[in-house]
Amino acid sequence: MEKSEYLKLFHEMVVIRRLEERAAELYQQGKIGGFLHLYIGQEAVCTGLISARQPVDRVITAYRDHGVAISCGLSAREVMAELLGKATGCSRGKGGSMHMADVSKNFWGGHAIVGAHLPIAVGLALADAYKSQPAVTICMFGDGATNIGYFHEALNLSKVWNLPVLWVCENNQYGMGTAVERASAVSEIRQKACGYRMPNDSVNGMDIIEVRETALRVLEEIRNGSGPQLLEINTYRFRGHSMGDPERYRKPEEVRKWEENDPIGIYQRYLIEHKIATEQELDEETSRAEAEIQDAVEFAEASPEPGAEELFAHIYSEA
Amino acid sequence: MAEMTLIEAIRQAMDEELARDADVFIVGEDVGARGGVFRATQGLIEKYGAERVFDSPLAELSIVGVGIGAALYGMRPVCEIQFADFIYPAFNQIVSEAAKMCYRSNGAWTVPMVIRAPYGGGIGGGLYHSQSVEAFFTHVPGLKVVIPSNPYDAKGLLKSAIRDPNPVLFLEPKKGYRLIRGEVPEEEYLVPLGPANVSRPGSDVSVFAYGMMHYYALQAAEMVASENIAVEVVDLRTLYPVDKETILQSVRKTGKALIVHEDNLTGGYGAEVAAIIASEAFTDLDAPVRRLCGPDVPGVPFSPPMQEWFLPNAEKIAEAIRQLDRF
Repeated sequence: MEKSEYLKLFHEMVVIRRLEERAAELYQQGKIGGFLHLYIGQEAVCTGLISARQPVDRVITAYRDHGVAISCGLSAREVMAELLGKATGCSRGKGGSMHMADVSKNFWGGHAIVGAHLPIAVGLALADAYKSQPAVTICMFGDGATNIGYFHEALNLSKVWNLPVLWVCENNQYGMGTAVERASAVSEIRQKACGYRMPNDSVNGMDIIEVRETALRVLEEIRNGSGPQLLEINTYRFRGHSMGDPERYRKPEEVRKWEENDPIGIYQRYLIEHKIATEQELDEETSRAEAEIQDAVEFAEASPEPGAEELFAHIYSEA
Repeated sequence: MAEMTLIEAIRQAMDEELARDADVFIVGEDVGARGGVFRATQGLIEKYGAERVFDSPLAELSIVGVGIGAALYGMRPVCEIQFADFIYPAFNQIVSEAAKMCYRSNGAWTVPMVIRAPYGGGIGGGLYHSQSVEAFFTHVPGLKVVIPSNPYDAKGLLKSAIRDPNPVLFLEPKKGYRLIRGEVPEEEYLVPLGPANVSRPGSDVSVFAYGMMHYYALQAAEMVASENIAVEVVDLRTLYPVDKETILQSVRKTGKALIVHEDNLTGGYGAEVAAIIASEAFTDLDAPVRRLCGPDVPGVPFSPPMQEWFLPNAEKIAEAIRQLDRF
């Protein structure tokens, strides 16, 4: 990677972190309503993973999707505006936090029903195979989704039909407030792929370099016809499941221990130790990211609400 | 013109659309070599190959979910659910995913997908092979629900459904697959999704029906014609979105409305038709709106007499028409 690419990834992680921090503030101020699931702590996952994709590769994910949207190339402005339900948001305010999407960026959405987007990912990959496209569908989901039927049907089908899907389990250790080992018969999620004869791997999701390098290798294998694979990315969300989560299910010491492995801090040390960037350069990136988020907040707050006519728009396609 | 059965017309529609558009494919349980449980897809795999007519595992939510994904991509999947009774695992995919995609994306994503499913009783299928599921889906903006009653419509509507940019649930009256015959033109034609069809004009009583019950409604209308009751039969065809205007025009003419379906009475599709008439044609009514429907019991029982008690038929419809005419 060129130095500029290393810095771009750092910038992206900080943008996601700041975006989420500002979103939390706006939520507390009552400017964002509904439900808000923050990605803080998981930034290395989407940044590393999606940096490894080719433009033809599709990304589809679950509801914790703000970071994924940014990594797919959506602007902080349109993500923030969507969080505020504004007409300038990426879903023009119809979607909100859980339903970011932009097909022009090959980002097929955040999906709010746990597991329900997995069969849809199979369909996207089926269409790519039908059209002989060299694309991989990257389908992200949480550990909780691996306990629902969709997951098992979708993995089975992708294998039976030998489709180019990369199944990515973002294992952040909790499905809402239920620890993985209390909900899943196997706590190492990757083992579930074995039941479908599917190659699988797991990586440290706090280390962007490890995530990226593994994703590059696996995507290449799938593109070369390996069939579907599953990648378990172990990570941790530093905040609650959503805003207003009292977090009675985990101890503060556990959170602190993970926070010592902050993915941004790990990457920062990596860049300095490998003399890829100086501390000053990273500070400058951080400042640029902060300015970008400040701009996004101002843009979102100043943006108009959707018009009443939008309520009845696009129920059916006339195309 | 060639006379053919309902299922032959359905097969011909798929055959022609597969030939016309390389983006059309068929997926479902045993739709390939087996040709489908009712043989709706018989011969298609031989003609178009296993890449375009292929079997899925026994996994309904995936059949529909895969169809949605491929349709988002721009393909035109025709997904077969073997019996409408088996559609419930896919309910979330249909209601929460397929029907909402266009709306949530402000038109950027479309789901040009057809889900075909045989529905209804009358073949001794019992509780889990006889269900009418339309009411669960005629509540869902973003989805279209179509039920043909004859070969001409079945072919024309299915071809329109395959070409439609929206998800269409296409429910087929399985009792009528080989029972209902009719003329189908040699040349290509479409029947548009949306408009209902006045299949028999009349002036005394309007009967609103679809699918198998429309077939019996025509028979009932014939039975009472000799008693000087001129029945207007309206085949609703596209249940959702509903063709209000044709319903209202008919009621304004006859002043009496009977709605027939084999699905359970309470909360059934007939309730919506009755509500449309009550709220928009109240002053045209000469009698209360009547519904003749399946009773509120959990399923169509297996035993032949119990199945008969459950299902409306031509005699029961004729009797309901007579009562309404006398009102």
